[in-house]
Amino acid sequence: MTHNQSALEVSDLYKRFGDVEVLKGVTMDAGVGDVISLLGASGSGKSTFLRCINLLETPDRGTVTVHGETIEMTIGKSGQPEPADMAQVIRLRARLGMVFQSFNLWQHMTVLENVTEALVQVLNMSKSAAYEKACSTLEKVGMFDRKDYYPAHISGGQQQRAAIARALAMDPDVLLFDEPTSALDPELVGEVLKVMRTLADEGRTMIVVTHEIGFARDVSDQVIFLHEGAIESQGTPHQMFNEPESERFRQFLSNALH
Amino acid sequence: MALPSYATPAQKLWHYIYIAICSLVLFFLVMPLLVVIPISFTSSPFLQFTPEMLRLDPEAFSLRWYRLMMGDCSDPGITTVCSDNWKIGAKNSLFVGLAATALATTLGILAALGLSRPVMPGRKLIMALMISPLIVPLIITASGLFFFFARFNLVATYPGLIMAHTILGLPFVVITVTATLVGFDHNLTKAAASLGGGVLRNFFKIQMPLILPGVISGALFAFITSFDEIVIVLFVGGPDQITLPRQMWSGVRQEISPTILSVATILVILSICLLTVVELLRRRNERIRGIRPT
Repeated sequence: MTHNQSALEVSDLYKRFGDVEVLKGVTMDAGVGDVISLLGASGSGKSTFLRCINLLETPDRGTVTVHGETIEMTIGKSGQPEPADMAQVIRLRARLGMVFQSFNLWQHMTVLENVTEALVQVLNMSKSAAYEKACSTLEKVGMFDRKDYYPAHISGGQQQRAAIARALAMDPDVLLFDEPTSALDPELVGEVLKVMRTLADEGRTMIVVTHEIGFARDVSDQVIFLHEGAIESQGTPHQMFNEPESERFRQFLSNALH
Repeated sequence: MALPSYATPAQKLWHYIYIAICSLVLFFLVMPLLVVIPISFTSSPFLQFTPEMLRLDPEAFSLRWYRLMMGDCSDPGITTVCSDNWKIGAKNSLFVGLAATALATTLGILAALGLSRPVMPGRKLIMALMISPLIVPLIITASGLFFFFARFNLVATYPGLIMAHTILGLPFVVITVTATLVGFDHNLTKAAASLGGGVLRNFFKIQMPLILPGVISGALFAFITSFDEIVIVLFVGGPDQITLPRQMWSGVRQEISPTILSVATILVILSICLLTVVELLRRRNERIRGIRPT
């Protein structure tokens, strides 16, 4: 697949929390339709990197460009960098869908209301149009018959699929997955991965932070291995898994695939 | 406090003794209220259990004091002063109570949000200041407010009284909302932000509905505090601000009539109804959403 268009460009991201430098200059280019898997040990900065993309965390240095539009940053009053135009950030966030490790479904709303909320409030869709869109998205992830349930009454796998539907219904340019299956029972991991594979086959641009090596190997176009905040090695799944060059990556694989 | 099925006979015995002790304590606490209710139905103009009442003679019971309270002065047997005072008092109490509750709730939520931020300089000092009306003796608060308000010509005005009651009700809202915010999952607002929601919208659509139980508890306490309040009304209020407790106060001092007991009975029933309704709503809320209290 040739990708002339770049969906997401992250260049030279730095982030420190207090004394600890969590990201040390990470660069990533995602073309339209690419599925990029981010692997790494805990503490290697994968989740922080993902959160910097939609500015849930503010990077200290570096830029994020979504479909050619760069998020402008300035130095704020406290000397720390901050987004120059919050309205731009809010607008771009609506084009980046995020799926969290702990699902983060809103407890006081049903599954359907969770999905329609952003459609009505952010995209200003009419209630009936939002209802249609939500129903079709929920059907795609297999959650249509649970649409009137509250999150407390459905299983973890179902909650995560509902969360995917919530992000998906917005028709985002890029889907960001932050360890989507890490909080699930092993039996429920499969149903979520199945949905993610369907999305990848459709041609969605996805950035997935995961520990599921199988998924990374089978579905990704590119695998990036992060170690202590920097990219240790990256390449196609064939290059990374069949001919691993990095010793640290081989070590990581043997730890992960016990 | 349920008895497990594997309890030994000794544990069962203790369980029932424990329930009996708790019931006795609760009854002791509630008895003064319970005594008031039957006396309010007396037909004699004195606050006592007449022998006819104890014999359960139907002649001994009447609703005349309730009628008097409503302003119905047609009863020939009444020798005490009859006027619209109780109705006016009730209206004023409601007005002041609702206004003070609205103010206290709004300000209290904002204060709690600020105090729950991860970085908040002077948090302990501000928290102590906000809660001080609960700890400082009421008479000191009242006299302080009187002298302070006098400078601004706020004594004997409704705004002054409402502000004073807001000060009293604020600690309740701050405490309950802060407690609810401790258990609030901030990831939910992050999820809302990730979908493109603005800060204000996220607050009203996501955070507010989830902290509503705490807000309602705090608002209820603030309302009951204001509704019940006599000391501040005596100091800061004037002859135009006759609230229900103020009316009871003059009723007790100037007239010895069981009307005051009928007012008290109505207030007790009102409080019970209010608390029951709110508690039922809160429980229904929790059941639907599966939210466990922290």
